[in-house]
Amino acid sequence: MNIVVCVKQVPDSWAEKKLQPIDSTLDRESADAVMNELDEYAVEEALRLQESAGGSEACPVTILTVGPLKASETIRKALSMGADGGIHVVDDALHGSDALATSLVLAKALGTVPWDLVIMGTESTDARMSVVPAMLAERLAVAQLTFAGKVDVDGSSVRVQRVTDTGYDTVEATLPAVISVVEKINEPRYPSFKGIMAAKKKPVTTLSLADLGLSPDEVGTAGALSTVADFATRAAKAAGTVVKDEGDGGVKLAEFLATNKFI
Amino acid sequence: MAEILVLVDHADGAVKKVTTELLTLAATLGEPSAVLVGAGFDAARERLAEFGAGTVYVVDGDGAAGSADLVVAPVAEALAQIVADRSPAVVLLASTAEGKEIAGRLAVKLGSGVITDAVAVTADGASVVATQSVFGGSTIVHSKVTRGVPVIAVRPNATAPVAASAPAAADRVDVAVAFSDSARLARVSGRTVAARTGRPELSEASIVVSGGRGVGGPEGFSPVEELADVLGAAVGASRAATDAGWYPHQFQVGQTGKTVSPQLYIANGISGAIQHRAGMQTSKTIVVVNKDSEAPLFEIADFGVVGDLHTVLPQAIAEIRKHKA
Repeated sequence: MNIVVCVKQVPDSWAEKKLQPIDSTLDRESADAVMNELDEYAVEEALRLQESAGGSEACPVTILTVGPLKASETIRKALSMGADGGIHVVDDALHGSDALATSLVLAKALGTVPWDLVIMGTESTDARMSVVPAMLAERLAVAQLTFAGKVDVDGSSVRVQRVTDTGYDTVEATLPAVISVVEKINEPRYPSFKGIMAAKKKPVTTLSLADLGLSPDEVGTAGALSTVADFATRAAKAAGTVVKDEGDGGVKLAEFLATNKFI
Repeated sequence: MAEILVLVDHADGAVKKVTTELLTLAATLGEPSAVLVGAGFDAARERLAEFGAGTVYVVDGDGAAGSADLVVAPVAEALAQIVADRSPAVVLLASTAEGKEIAGRLAVKLGSGVITDAVAVTADGASVVATQSVFGGSTIVHSKVTRGVPVIAVRPNATAPVAASAPAAADRVDVAVAFSDSARLARVSGRTVAARTGRPELSEASIVVSGGRGVGGPEGFSPVEELADVLGAAVGASRAATDAGWYPHQFQVGQTGKTVSPQLYIANGISGAIQHRAGMQTSKTIVVVNKDSEAPLFEIADFGVVGDLHTVLPQAIAEIRKHKA
């Protein structure tokens, strides 16, 4: 079985994010860049499936990312966790791509390697759309097994527990498939020192849009099917009333709710 | 007038609150039509009429096509077919996990732009503008779809549902959709429901009461739950609490959990790092209870109590009960 994990480099979750006035795209420079948190869980799940299948020979795990040059750091991080190789699609024309373009580029890149299973996080912490996995399944015409809290692969059958508001649905399909994972699925491993050293020697292929048969006007700002008309940072919320509990904190809380007609 | 399609969120015809919000929104943009996939038209009809649906397109109304056991893909297929037949001006869906996935697949099929997590949609000449509150609420964005039929997923609780002045026709129009092989690739083989809490669903609730690290353990959620119950609220939890196993993951509010925007959000024992704020910052009224006066969440609170939630909440609950008596 061949697994490809799609990862994204995003601004650090703990940093305040902002849009650039020049073209309304995310300012990726002002904060540290990290691997999208949910993608760590996706890499971990791929590595666990690899271990169950008997290792790299039986089940190679490739990391795929579409992003600026700096995004190669994210591939290296995944390689140091234990993945076998990487594919990095990088092209200036990709700047300003929407989810439709991202899913298109990912689909084309997947066309360059054999794969049975694509695993990714459900969403990235910057755009938070959680549409790319579904769009990818649509473009690839394969089974969509998203929001997985548990994954079981048995030969060419795959079964996931898809989280719902009331619990989970068990969803089944045969490979090939696109899986997206939620946080509760596992605990991502920390790269070992040995893993970090080994990662430096693992192969990473760099591809441009031309390598994928895509033209610049199909992606990036030029190819986007939606646009930001304008944006503004919200005025900081005016501070409200904060009281210290001196034996009457609960009473004051109830009073606030009553005054504001919540009870 | 332009037809605005609204995908109905329902459980066997029991129409969810978010659909009434979307129909209300649709009525401000054009003529609302509903799309109901699966069985349940008879149960749903009255509510859809109440909120202005002139037509209800029913897909797989008798369940024979098996849509109930398939995931996301067939709904996108059905919507694509109706859009091709009817050329609506806009397609509105709920910005829930499933709604967004359907929106995404529909956008690919139609070659249309897609906008998710819109908190408002307004007419702008012949097209529409969506408003999004992003980066935890710190930035307000106005977006437009520039190609194709706009597919817009709207955040639950962002619109006050308003019944139409007179019930609409809600005329049933059955649409035969032959689901393709690729729509049938993933099948639901079982549904597991966690014990029902009887509380409102987190993303729909007008009031949410949450607990964080400060509750101290699973038992610490008792006063949180009791406060929720006396207010008829949903319960949420911070990541610290769910990671510690004190409360189930599906109740997590935050960057890797759910985003909620209720009328009232009461945070107990939650410090308010970005991880959590990103999931609740746009709540209309925020109340914070925390032992630590330096907790960042106080900065965005409309009202705060610096104190131990284990003493403050029981007292508040008793007062609320007195008030209601």
